Amino acid sequence: MRPILLSGHERALTQVKYNSDGDIIFSVSKDHVVCAWFSHNGERLGTYHGHQGALWTVDVDPTSTLLATGGADNTLRLWEVKSGKLLKTWEFATSIKRAEFSADGRQLLGVTEKRSGHLSTIVVYEINPDPEAEQTDEQSLRIVCDESKATVAGFSYLAHYIIAGHEDGSVSQYDAKSGELLYNNSEAHEPDMQVTDLQWSPDRTYFITASKDKTAKIFAADSLEVLKTYTTDTPLNSAAITPVKDYVILGGGQAAMDVTTTSARQGKFEARFYHKVFQEEIGRVRGHFGPLNYVAVHPQGTGYCSGSEDGYVRVHHFDKPYFDFMYEVEREHAQANL
Amino acid sequence: MATSFENLPVDDDEFDEADIDFTDLEEQYQVRLDEGLDAFVVIDGLPVVPDDSKAKLVKFVLRKLNSVGKVKDDGVFMPVNDDGKTEGYAFVEYNAASEAIAAVKQLNGTPLDKKHTMAVNKLTDIDRYGREGRIDEEYKAPEIEPFQQKEHLRSWLGDPEGRDQMVMFRGDKVGVFWNNKEEGPDAVVDRENWTESFVQWSPQGTFLTSIHAQGVQLWGGKAWSRQKRFAHPGVNLVDFSPTEKYITTWSHRPLQVDENHPVPSLSLEDDGKNYVIWDVATGKPLRSFTTIDVPTSTDAEGNPVKKKMQWPTFKWSSDDQYVARMTQGLSIAVYELPRMNLLDKTSIKIEGVMDFEWAPALPKRDGIKTYEQLLCFWTPELGSNPAKVGLMTIPTKEIVRTRNLFNVSDVKLHWQSDAAYVCVKVDRHSKSKKSMATNLEIFRVREKGVPVEVVENLSGKDAVINFAWEPKGNRFVLITAGEIPAQSAVPPKTAVLFFAPEKIKGGAVGNFRHIRTIDKKNSNAIYWSPKGRFVVVATLQSQQSFDLDFWDLSFEKPKDEKDEKEKDLNATLQLMATAEHYGVTDIEWDPTGRYVATVASAFRHHMENGYHMYDFKGTLLREEATERFKQLIWRPRPPTLLSKEEQAEIRKNLRNYSRVFDEQDLAKKNTANRQVVEARRRALQEWLAWRESMVEMLKDEGAEIELNGGHLQTEYDGEVEEIEEIVEEIIEETEEVIG
Repeated sequence: MRPILLSGHERALTQVKYNSDGDIIFSVSKDHVVCAWFSHNGERLGTYHGHQGALWTVDVDPTSTLLATGGADNTLRLWEVKSGKLLKTWEFATSIKRAEFSADGRQLLGVTEKRSGHLSTIVVYEINPDPEAEQTDEQSLRIVCDESKATVAGFSYLAHYIIAGHEDGSVSQYDAKSGELLYNNSEAHEPDMQVTDLQWSPDRTYFITASKDKTAKIFAADSLEVLKTYTTDTPLNSAAITPVKDYVILGGGQAAMDVTTTSARQGKFEARFYHKVFQEEIGRVRGHFGPLNYVAVHPQGTGYCSGSEDGYVRVHHFDKPYFDFMYEVEREHAQANL
Repeated sequence: MATSFENLPVDDDEFDEADIDFTDLEEQYQVRLDEGLDAFVVIDGLPVVPDDSKAKLVKFVLRKLNSVGKVKDDGVFMPVNDDGKTEGYAFVEYNAASEAIAAVKQLNGTPLDKKHTMAVNKLTDIDRYGREGRIDEEYKAPEIEPFQQKEHLRSWLGDPEGRDQMVMFRGDKVGVFWNNKEEGPDAVVDRENWTESFVQWSPQGTFLTSIHAQGVQLWGGKAWSRQKRFAHPGVNLVDFSPTEKYITTWSHRPLQVDENHPVPSLSLEDDGKNYVIWDVATGKPLRSFTTIDVPTSTDAEGNPVKKKMQWPTFKWSSDDQYVARMTQGLSIAVYELPRMNLLDKTSIKIEGVMDFEWAPALPKRDGIKTYEQLLCFWTPELGSNPAKVGLMTIPTKEIVRTRNLFNVSDVKLHWQSDAAYVCVKVDRHSKSKKSMATNLEIFRVREKGVPVEVVENLSGKDAVINFAWEPKGNRFVLITAGEIPAQSAVPPKTAVLFFAPEKIKGGAVGNFRHIRTIDKKNSNAIYWSPKGRFVVVATLQSQQSFDLDFWDLSFEKPKDEKDEKEKDLNATLQLMATAEHYGVTDIEWDPTGRYVATVASAFRHHMENGYHMYDFKGTLLREEATERFKQLIWRPRPPTLLSKEEQAEIRKNLRNYSRVFDEQDLAKKNTANRQVVEARRRALQEWLAWRESMVEMLKDEGAEIELNGGHLQTEYDGEVEEIEEIVEEIIEETEEVIG
């Protein structure tokens, strides 16, 4: 199906997210505005105004009631999805690079930037799922990343662990109750190649990271063991795991600052599909004319969308061949299970 | 905060410096002190004379000694022994140390008469090398090392699958690989930092050359061990002779060889030289040369024209018998191998000579039975004399053919690979010097009297920018470019022209005729298959286009499609395929003409470095992107050892041979596929097993949300409210009054 182009933002997209039903897409951009869109036709549902700086991150809780956003105005904000009402603002000394709800929606974490004497931290708040209720100011947990700043983070299954990706290419595992560093996999990615994205499998037992070292890797959440590696020829900004089909989608391209010096062909601004298990590339989707900053997959696996430095969100719905494609051994396996 | 000495840890390990044996270091770094004796030399090998004839001898010796410098008054001391006879040696003091050095350089080994040869050494050297203990009193026969079996240097030719090797230089790694038909290349050897600047094969593929700051190294054999080393500090370029017997190294910096900077195997005579010609078998230098500066000229506006150095400067005849260098505008110096002496002790004066080229194979001129080599040269218009192109035989230095040309601005010489033709590309300017035109003058070297055929009016006024003969054939391709419009950033469009000889009775080669012109191209490079027939016409070093056109010049067309025009020509032209390789900088045919590798080299730019592999008909077999990919060079093959009859026999039975290879390919493909499928099956099983264990674990932990794929179990499950929305859209409303 032809992709739907969401052209409501004036500046580069930084993150896009589906809600858990997959009917709404939330997008944040450097233009200070949060947008909500209908995923099936690309119509804009509404916007959330209030942030005073570029936005870096957005996440929606599993019931599509609450929306968390964070950005360069050093605030982490909580909104009511339905009304667009600002429910809570937490202020920090530095900008918020990542916000993410736990699987049950009762905890929210934020990753703060390292700047001018402030170390990067991961903070956690208990969230009351009732939009009417007062939200707490008190951090239930605060992890200081003194080794290398955290760039991305998320809750594992049952919110047992907090997994964080770092600027130096390492991935670390913290106890989500105590904040204690349990394990740091310093050989996750090439040294000093920033981990740019971390997205979970639907059951949060494994996750995929993308890095500037041009690879994406799947890790087991409990052991931090590298299960799969996907090697590309361009720095990656984002990686997502598709439900239903065993694929991963990788997005990236030439660094944004170098883009004007190269042609679109050079920039490799393509979404790349790899087979999750066999680690082989199976296809590419072109269209963007800037690096892809984020790719998000529909929770039911029926489509995906990508947000790019070029200011557009492209929403794709998968066609039948996407679902029909199978490797020989997969077909064998499917037939054996009939 | 600066560290102070107080903070430094105190070295409490007590040890006595005197205990350490420094003798080896002392020896190695021994400093030669200026002892004030540098002006002294020791003369040895003089006749022994009685005291009274001593003065006569001194006078005789002085005559020799004063030829290089001034000996101090009373500067000769010739000791006399108890028997009243001289000892056969003398000490001499010159006025300056430099004179003493000159004396050693020039007078050592001068014969005095039949019996006596004078040995001249510096006093300090005698002291240094002849000191007691340094020389063993007893003669020891030099040890002759037992014969060691060397590796077979051409073992790669015995590959049962008939594959070719290639060297790839990427990042800091240099590796030699087997090229495979289907899958990626197999590494033979892969080493970090094997070379410092680039790698190069010897012309017959025996050696791989690596370039280092200290010199050049040759590698080969099955183990890729070092075969030879040629010390040439600061070497920039190397060039082999066609049969790999000799190698030329060049550095833009003159060699510095003196006592304080000794270079292995080079002597003081090589000091200040830029070129060294070496014997590959012994690893010894044959002769060294300095760079001859090209006279700087100025262009029309008076700016100095940047002259490109010609490389190779020393050009080899096809059989390594001769090597020649030109002094632009004056002469060509031809040296005979292996002694490297100037042929007939004089260089060949050719006034105004601009360029020359050796015949690339032994020429076979009509009616000439004796051995000869040919070289072709040209001179520009000088005064009222016309420009000339000449063919000269070596060693007889006879001019066999010249041709006068007028209004010449530039000439390029192109030999055909069998030395059957030499094509002279002549750029002419009109009288007003405003417009340019190119024509070709083709010398038919093998025919009686060397007739010259002129091919004119190549697509009007366009300049020919490239020309290439078919290897071992008689067809050629050339590229013309239109005039560059002023202030245009876009390079002009080019046209590709194909030529072939006419068919004439008796199998002789007829006149060259134009087959076809392909207009409006960007192409600028021509790469013939080393076996002829196929040619790749490409666009290199362009920002916009990266075309590769694969042509066949002997295409077997169905009868009814035959082109009327091509009927009487020795060619049927067919474009087989067109490809594009972004950023392509180099194109390399494998020595058998089966594969074409196109390279985007990091030497030129940093975009999408890597290589593509095509077969001869332009089908893309493989593309590989590697960061900082620099070079891919096929390993050349030596000429075949099979006779013409044996080759014809093989060609006749090609079907039988190829069947064997086809079967091998099929078997290989099947096993490879099986392996891939097997590996996938395993990967899938491992993955599914791991997933199952994870699901079990989640169940044990009671992770309901996670098991539900991240959806919260909502309380009012089942009570789904269905909302039906009917949208009516009024497209048009019209009111009509009826009746």
